[in-house]
Amino acid sequence: MNKRHFLLWLILALSLISIYVDLPGKIHLKLNWLKIDRDFSRPMIDWQLGKFRFQRDLEIKKGIDLAGGTHLVFQSDMKDVSSDNRQAAIEAARDNIEKRINLFGVTEPVIQTAKVGEDYRLIVELAGVQDINQAIDLIGQTAQLDFRELPKDATQSATGLDFKPTGLTGKDLSKSEVKFDPNSGQPTVGLEFSTEGTKKFADITSRNVGKPVAIFLDQLPVTAPNVQEPITTGDAIISGQFTLEEAKKLSIQLNAGALPVPIELIEQKNVGATLGAESIQKSVQAGLIGLGMVILFMAAYYGKLGILADLALVVYGLLTLALYKLIPITLTLPGIAGFILSIGMAVDANILIFERMKEETRAGKPRPVAMELGFGRAWDSIRDANTCTLITCFILFNPFNWSFLNSSGMVRGFASTLFLGVVLSLFTGIVVTRTLIRTFYRKERIKV
Amino acid sequence: MKWMKYKWLYFLISGIVIIPGMVSLFMFGLKPGIDFTGGSLLEYKFKKSVNPQEIQKSLVDKGYNVSSVQISGNQTYLLRMPPLDKEKALGVKTILSESFGESPEEIRFEIVGPILGQELLVKTIVAIILAAGFILGYVAWRFKNTKFGICAILAMFHDSFVMLGSFSLLGHFLGVEVDTLFVTALLTVLSFSVHDTVVVYDRVRESQKLFPNTPFEDLVDKAVTETLSRSLNNSLTIIFMLIALLLLGGVTVKWFVAALLIGTVSGTYSSTFNAAPLLVVWENLSQRRKIKK
Repeated sequence: MNKRHFLLWLILALSLISIYVDLPGKIHLKLNWLKIDRDFSRPMIDWQLGKFRFQRDLEIKKGIDLAGGTHLVFQSDMKDVSSDNRQAAIEAARDNIEKRINLFGVTEPVIQTAKVGEDYRLIVELAGVQDINQAIDLIGQTAQLDFRELPKDATQSATGLDFKPTGLTGKDLSKSEVKFDPNSGQPTVGLEFSTEGTKKFADITSRNVGKPVAIFLDQLPVTAPNVQEPITTGDAIISGQFTLEEAKKLSIQLNAGALPVPIELIEQKNVGATLGAESIQKSVQAGLIGLGMVILFMAAYYGKLGILADLALVVYGLLTLALYKLIPITLTLPGIAGFILSIGMAVDANILIFERMKEETRAGKPRPVAMELGFGRAWDSIRDANTCTLITCFILFNPFNWSFLNSSGMVRGFASTLFLGVVLSLFTGIVVTRTLIRTFYRKERIKV
Repeated sequence: MKWMKYKWLYFLISGIVIIPGMVSLFMFGLKPGIDFTGGSLLEYKFKKSVNPQEIQKSLVDKGYNVSSVQISGNQTYLLRMPPLDKEKALGVKTILSESFGESPEEIRFEIVGPILGQELLVKTIVAIILAAGFILGYVAWRFKNTKFGICAILAMFHDSFVMLGSFSLLGHFLGVEVDTLFVTALLTVLSFSVHDTVVVYDRVRESQKLFPNTPFEDLVDKAVTETLSRSLNNSLTIIFMLIALLLLGGVTVKWFVAALLIGTVSGTYSSTFNAAPLLVVWENLSQRRKIKK
């Protein structure tokens, strides 16, 4: 098997694998004449190699502008945190928020921290969230739980303001869950303290028998039950007038813990799901029509060579889509535009080569020689031409998250698809087209 | 073909396109989007047609500061306001529902704080300087010749001016805003334009080596003839894609695609009809200086 045959088989294999990856996860096939009527579904990829795990569900990841959802930026207030601990504080806040969002049931939230100058920020992207305001409330709430007691000299007429902190706070909790009062059936929030918390709680309850101990949430009293007897088991119940929803929300917040720093929402971008679905449909339509025009143009202008280039273009499309699913790339609207733009650019290498070939043929060289010269001479131009685009993609994508450069999802989406497009088009434009031409174009000449 | 005989005509055409845009840029400037200025952008879809002025009035009556209400599609309205706080943001939909007897569908809801806008502006400028710097460095390294390098960069300026100018005009007359995506388009076009110029220049240098005794102008003519069909064909395929996307694609990327399209056309023109003749002008000038000496 010589090199050309090897490449031909490789291209064929790559194309087939790509088609397999590109197909939707589930296909319903109904062919009456073959009496086939069943669903075909593709298994997920889940490979394990030592510590490295490769797992893909092979669905295209849609950015929030396509799936609908929200993009939120929170600014943290670090004035009470010493400068050494700020990075740790923002990381901790990130983890807490991740827990809260996961409990809220959002799939694959994107939560990043960003340091800009002296500001520490959290960027949260939630795809497909219906009730965005509820999500924001849940993320931003500090949920500081705090147990307070009355000072010894307090009178019967003491109000909420007279309660003093005991030092027992949400940090001493190990778990919280919704429970139901066995007598009234009312939802309550059960607390379980850590070892340290259990000790503190036992002390507090022992010295306050017959007196109220108040539970404050974010500086507001929730409930202030009278202590019947010292509690040493480390369990407690908050029974306010909760609805089931409220009790659930409170327990989520308590479980996730208090945020180490207060945060404030400074940017919010919501996209309704309908706009996204409409955009996808329109872009796909536009892409197909554009692709059709390019294919027709190439075939009309370059004849058989053009058709071979079109074939390479189809291979390009299949490979790109497969890579989007495998990497995976989060597709955004500008990302789709980048992909569509790259289809237009993908044929550039072919055009350069074909023009060179025409020239060499005009200069009187036989076709096979002209072909090889065309590939050889065009390469310099192709390499130079694409270097600049790759540099720009790099700056736009900002892979190292440099704080002096933008890292917005929209721009990144565009840069990533354009980058992949340029790299892949070099492969299909040169390797694939050359192999196809060597195989099909030359044979024909020998026949003639 | 004697392309270079008409070099002043090419510069004239460029001037006719660029000058109105530059005048507009000085007089009206660009219209920055909320990405850069901070602000709120809300889009609602109603089931029936409503009067945009009534939308504005209903919100102003409740103490909102509404900069503009625009019709953005079928019964769809785009509202611009200064950055809203959370309570006010929540109130908008309620007020609209009360005033128009139906709950409109929220299509888009963006609030950008003013600090972020400032920051993005700085980051964008850094990105432009970086990208332009890298491209310059690349061209300088690739050609090791000031003449080629500077002419390629002048062609790049041409494309930037065309894009900035046309968006200044679009902003003034159609209210089109300049956002991060515009800057993305600008950088992409710059790299694309340089790419096109490099192809032409490669040809000039190749022929220079092959035919050292031919006059420079003839060499450039030869290079332009040889690369023109490639340049046009390649741009055409890109333009096909962009036009399809502009006419059929979604609203969100409409002006992004328009910016790419304007830039691609300008980039194609500037590589052949600016970058190449500039080389000839440069060469003629330096010849003349040599003779004087």
